Amino acid sequence: MSFPGVQDTRPNWDEFMEGIWQRNPVFVMVLGMCPTLAVTVSAINSISMGLATTFVLAASCWLVSLMRKMIPKEVRIATYIVIIATFVTVTDYAIQAISLEMYEALGAYIQLIVANCLVLGRAEAHAARFPPMAALFNATGMGLGFTLGLVMIGGVREILGSGTLLGVPLFGADFQPWVVMVLPPGGFFVMGAWLLLFAIYRARKQRPDKPGIKPDAVKQAS
Amino acid sequence: MSSTTKVEIRSGPHIKGPRTVEQIMLNVVGSLMFVCAFFIYQYGISAAASICVITAACLLTEHFFVRLGGQSGTLSDWSATITGLLLALTLPPGFPLWMGVVAGFSAIALGKAIFGGIGHNVFNPALVGRAFVQAAFPTAIATYTPSFLPGRFTEFIPSTLALPLMTPADALTWLHDKQLDALAAATPLARWKFEGVLASSWDLATSLSGHMAVGPSPLLILLCGVYLATRRFMDWRIPVAVLGSAALAALALHAVYGSRYPDPSFMLFSGGLILGAVYMATDMATSPATPRGMWLYGALIGLLTVLIRYYGGLPEGIMYAILIGNAATPLIERISQPEAFGTAVKRREKEK
Amino acid sequence: MSCHAPQAAPPAAQITSTFTLIRALGIVAGICGLIIVTSYQLTLPAAQANRRLATERAVFKVLPEAKSIAEFHIPPGGALTPAGSGDPPPGTLKFYAAYDGAGQLAGIAAEGAARGYADTVRIMFGYSPSCQCVVGIGVVSMRETPGIGDKIITDKDFIANFKALDVRLNDDMTALANEIKTVKRGTKTQLWQIDAISGATITSRAVGKGINDAAQALLPKLVPNLDKLSDRSKQ
Repeated sequence: MSFPGVQDTRPNWDEFMEGIWQRNPVFVMVLGMCPTLAVTVSAINSISMGLATTFVLAASCWLVSLMRKMIPKEVRIATYIVIIATFVTVTDYAIQAISLEMYEALGAYIQLIVANCLVLGRAEAHAARFPPMAALFNATGMGLGFTLGLVMIGGVREILGSGTLLGVPLFGADFQPWVVMVLPPGGFFVMGAWLLLFAIYRARKQRPDKPGIKPDAVKQAS
Repeated sequence: MSSTTKVEIRSGPHIKGPRTVEQIMLNVVGSLMFVCAFFIYQYGISAAASICVITAACLLTEHFFVRLGGQSGTLSDWSATITGLLLALTLPPGFPLWMGVVAGFSAIALGKAIFGGIGHNVFNPALVGRAFVQAAFPTAIATYTPSFLPGRFTEFIPSTLALPLMTPADALTWLHDKQLDALAAATPLARWKFEGVLASSWDLATSLSGHMAVGPSPLLILLCGVYLATRRFMDWRIPVAVLGSAALAALALHAVYGSRYPDPSFMLFSGGLILGAVYMATDMATSPATPRGMWLYGALIGLLTVLIRYYGGLPEGIMYAILIGNAATPLIERISQPEAFGTAVKRREKEK
Repeated sequence: MSCHAPQAAPPAAQITSTFTLIRALGIVAGICGLIIVTSYQLTLPAAQANRRLATERAVFKVLPEAKSIAEFHIPPGGALTPAGSGDPPPGTLKFYAAYDGAGQLAGIAAEGAARGYADTVRIMFGYSPSCQCVVGIGVVSMRETPGIGDKIITDKDFIANFKALDVRLNDDMTALANEIKTVKRGTKTQLWQIDAISGATITSRAVGKGINDAAQALLPKLVPNLDKLSDRSKQ
């Protein structure tokens, strides 16, 4: 993980875009796979999950960054986890207040954001070293990149698995749902297909002279 | 006469075997042609369309992936053709053609291309394709129509022609309209499992008695298997081990709970057991290479088939049994390695 | 703060004092506690309203004439009481009395659960005291295979089983007169039988078992007390 050499600590656009494209949490860093595979049965679930994670990520990175000077490094993991758990709890309450249906659809995965290594990873790798606005910017970008990844998986699974996108029927009443797409294996298939496409794209970009691909070993993480 | 003698120096092996991959594959395809012909005789143009479309889908997918990546293998090695033919034979004859294309694509893409092409695959590609559509379209894959229907050479089973992405027409309504709904529209295995109706083993073995939802005749497939085994295009141990262990397990259960489980001949001749044992379990890339390993692998598949059929939620178990056997192959090979020449002596010396 | 392992002294120049560590943790915990409690207080009314709405919607679905509901509990060995705040003792039977527009008892709704194919299937069923039968069911939660197990909410023939499923009590009011049984499709002959969905037998059976278990437990205690519930205004 090469860390950008730093020193322009003002928030800037590149920091924001980094999470959406170059270091997309889902397709490049392959972090936070548990909700990625589990809740992406439809686009709306993916959006809710993505936004919930974005909120937790942005809020906890901001607070971590705000308190970074007073947190001794010996207890930093404990404080980060407490802060993350706080915002996960807040999100949990908020979703119950907004929509019970959504709360039931996302199930335990809202609470499990606390264990999403993307959040702790960003707090440790970025927020602890940058001022609050820069941390907020970067975390929001990462969160939106995560949301984008989830929606790209959830959209495909919803189209094939239920014939709808965001609940709008696309193919009429006679559509034959691909049952496997709304079951757990569907998450793996669609995720794998996207990773393959991005690997081909990257390989082509690196070696424009050679049309063949040798799939890069995609970095794996939990 | 030339005065100089040319000596060509090459590294071994010096004796060229009579068989190439292409030759083996071509013989397998040839024997499969008889099986396919029988399938078409049973189910008419629907079966013919299914075989052609699925095989074409496999070939196109193979072509696409071979071009995309620098993978080994070409269309002329016939392996994609075999995958397509076998896949079509394991699916119901009235399986919607568009789902057949999905099956063919996933067979080659998920079963073969992502592992690196021919020879690198871990699972039998045809079964990977079937497993995918089994999970995606569980209703369509369990919808059978009886064989030898009148008019099968002039009329498609309506589900065959379902529009892409759309639900196929209901086969039962169609049979009902033709006054044929009294005939069995479920496979003998499903009828046994869910309704307790036992078909005659001789009818199952020949597949000639009409109005049964069965695949091509197991006897014909066995005959093709015997040809391939005697010409040494496949190893006889695996099918013998699969069928033997399935028969033994069925016999044991039949002996203990006679009334609950049918006799072994029903186990052997129903469903896809013989097709799987002869053509799919023997796939060279996905089965063990050592003789002891082959026995172990075959026995595992046969036993699993019986267990899934009798105790699982699905009526047919050969597909998952072979896939599990494929997955266990590296382990089986590891424990069944013969001792390398000379190592026994060394070991004895060490022990002294 | 380890009290052993002195061998790996950190090479850091200075050692943070215990007080600093405790202070940092304390401040973080304080701030976080404040955030959690505030958001809990802010979201509680909306969350409770959502829950009530969801319950009402589920009850209205199985008892279409109902206009309002009230929750009741029967604690083990105790008498029927309106649900109060706080958790009831374990083993308490819960149900909802549903009233029509005029405040008359329209029916009873209760939950039943049984193991399905993938996970527990939880269903809500509506009981009509006048015909002593189940008049509708709805699914509270399930994880059955989409396209197969979820036919229990889409299959019209299956739903027709619950237009008037007989759950009469036996003469001494200790159990159902006839156990509810899920039977193979097309073999239903009695009013207390449920025609299964072919291909989704396990889920169909779970529905039958869920209703049977809940009705066997609840109805013997409920039916003798029905008059206590008959009119909303008496509550």
